[in-house]
Amino acid sequence: MGVDDMKSNEIMNKVIRNLILAALALGPAAVLAAPSGQALSFTCAGCHGTDGSSVGPSMPAIAGMDPGVFIDAMKAYREDQRNPTIMNRMAKAYTDEQFKEMAWFFAGQRLRSMPQKHDAALAARGADLHKKHCEKCHEKGGRPGDAGTLAGQWMPYLEYTLGDFLDGKREWPRKMKRKVDAAVAEEGKNALPALIHYYGSQHQ
Amino acid sequence: MTDINRRAFIRAAGGVAALGATLGFPSLALGSARRVVVVGGGVGGSTVAKYLRKLDPTLAVTLIETKPSYTTCFMSNEVLGGERTLESITFGYDGLRRHGVDVVMDTAVGIDPVKKTVQTASGKGFDYDACVVSPGIDFKWGAIAGYNAEIAANSVPHAWNAGPQTLLLRRQIEAMPEGGRVIIVAPPDPFKCPPGPYERASQIALYCKHHKPRAKIIILDAKDAFSKQGLFIEGWTKLYGYGTDNSMIQWVGGSGGGKVESLDAAKLSIQAEIEEFKGDVVNIIPPQKAGAIAFAADLAEGDWCPVNKRTFESKRHKDIYVLGDASSAAKMPKSAYAANSQAKVAAAAIVSRFHGLEPGDPTFVNTCYSVVGEDFGISVAAVYSHDAATNSIEPIPNSGGISPAKASPEIRKREVSYAHSWFKNVINDMLE
Repeated sequence: MGVDDMKSNEIMNKVIRNLILAALALGPAAVLAAPSGQALSFTCAGCHGTDGSSVGPSMPAIAGMDPGVFIDAMKAYREDQRNPTIMNRMAKAYTDEQFKEMAWFFAGQRLRSMPQKHDAALAARGADLHKKHCEKCHEKGGRPGDAGTLAGQWMPYLEYTLGDFLDGKREWPRKMKRKVDAAVAEEGKNALPALIHYYGSQHQ
Repeated sequence: MTDINRRAFIRAAGGVAALGATLGFPSLALGSARRVVVVGGGVGGSTVAKYLRKLDPTLAVTLIETKPSYTTCFMSNEVLGGERTLESITFGYDGLRRHGVDVVMDTAVGIDPVKKTVQTASGKGFDYDACVVSPGIDFKWGAIAGYNAEIAANSVPHAWNAGPQTLLLRRQIEAMPEGGRVIIVAPPDPFKCPPGPYERASQIALYCKHHKPRAKIIILDAKDAFSKQGLFIEGWTKLYGYGTDNSMIQWVGGSGGGKVESLDAAKLSIQAEIEEFKGDVVNIIPPQKAGAIAFAADLAEGDWCPVNKRTFESKRHKDIYVLGDASSAAKMPKSAYAANSQAKVAAAAIVSRFHGLEPGDPTFVNTCYSVVGEDFGISVAAVYSHDAATNSIEPIPNSGGISPAKASPEIRKREVSYAHSWFKNVINDMLE
């Protein structure tokens, strides 16, 4: 098999996978729903990068995101939760069905995260804290999964998000506050920067 | 999977979701690659070129652009404010080349819609199966007596296409005396980047606040209202003393005598409807129309190009699509994000047609950030759908809108960082 054949096979496999995901998300009744999941998702790229791999440090990467996490986030924004700036205004435009279609589109994208400047010693402390307090929910060092993507995520975005949790502007997921408190009790005020530097060091 | 099954699958999944899956179509296997010629390497043209190749890697996509690099007009106000360099907003086309786009440095001068050929200044002809025209804006010289392209290049810049005039305006502001006066003439609707003139006043004020604190910036406006007005005024009040005797920025609306009639370039003096205004630096943003090729190719009606809002195909000539500022997209603003969003709709429509499918239902987004000053960012956002009955683009009710009034300093600060991240991502999505 030539390189071109391999490439087209690879494309085909990816396309078929995406189509299956899309078909699962759509279900038979939703075929008439207006714009495709892909068309809806393409409009996000201006802020979240092509196919959701953001290159802007304040905008989270959403490629490879777990569909459930995506839908929960969009629903929360639609209800003006999570201390939003702009996502609440966007989310109000979409139906639950459309959230689902976008969720499956982004779930099918490979996350291409970028190297970030980080403090190696701090990141090493973060790795330790992560293993002790966070790994149980954010598995594999926080790679995309059903508790959200942390590994390779943009550090300024993580700072905003953790800041919102700590300031009471975003509701803690179950158990998370206890875990963060435990990490802070162990490491002091360096706990969160250590975790952020660890996640920022995990680009892929 | 047979081709027929594959095609059904594409339909079930909703339109062009398929793309690569169309690789096996007999029409493509037998004939040569379909050709798309894109005229203009700004946001609309670059995005459509990239997404055409992304949606169907078998397409032969040629992009014709006069200049070897693109300097974004968006964020160029930060060059005036001294916050960034012109180099930081200038980008080459190698990213598009890596996507397999043939980028040709030439100028399109005409399009033959019957022979389906784009003619260029160097005398070449580029045959197409579909053509996309995204030339941006041109200026309506003659609307303000005494102002023309030569004066704009030498002494009274418009700086409404970023480049040498942005630097000229920046140098003039740096050179003006302490306590000097900058006059900005804002254009009538519709024009490129509706919040732009007001962000420009803000960025010049940001520079002056640190370097020439007694300077004044006067905006002469043909209009009685402007984009994000309440938020700009909130920022100007907080940062630049707006509303006090010492306000650095003064806005003169249309009914207050803001409409400009003529310029005396030698005296840097502007005759407005009621009074004369003299400046140390004068920046006139003239009224606008579609770029030259739109008129040469008979795509315009009035100042802009009418398009089918479902596909952005010209209403005047088949198989030619018009994107971005030059198109008449009514409720969408003439903005970078709008052009980027329209480009993907057009790319999907073109690929669908090549494969004998009806174009899917379009969806559009616009987001515009403005940086009013230090730690003070604001935004406007909208999601639009296509109304098939009226063939119009309509904002989805109860969504979108501007940043909230009186938001916390933390939110305003975050919107500055989002503005800069947006810039990186939109460049990524069009050129990388």
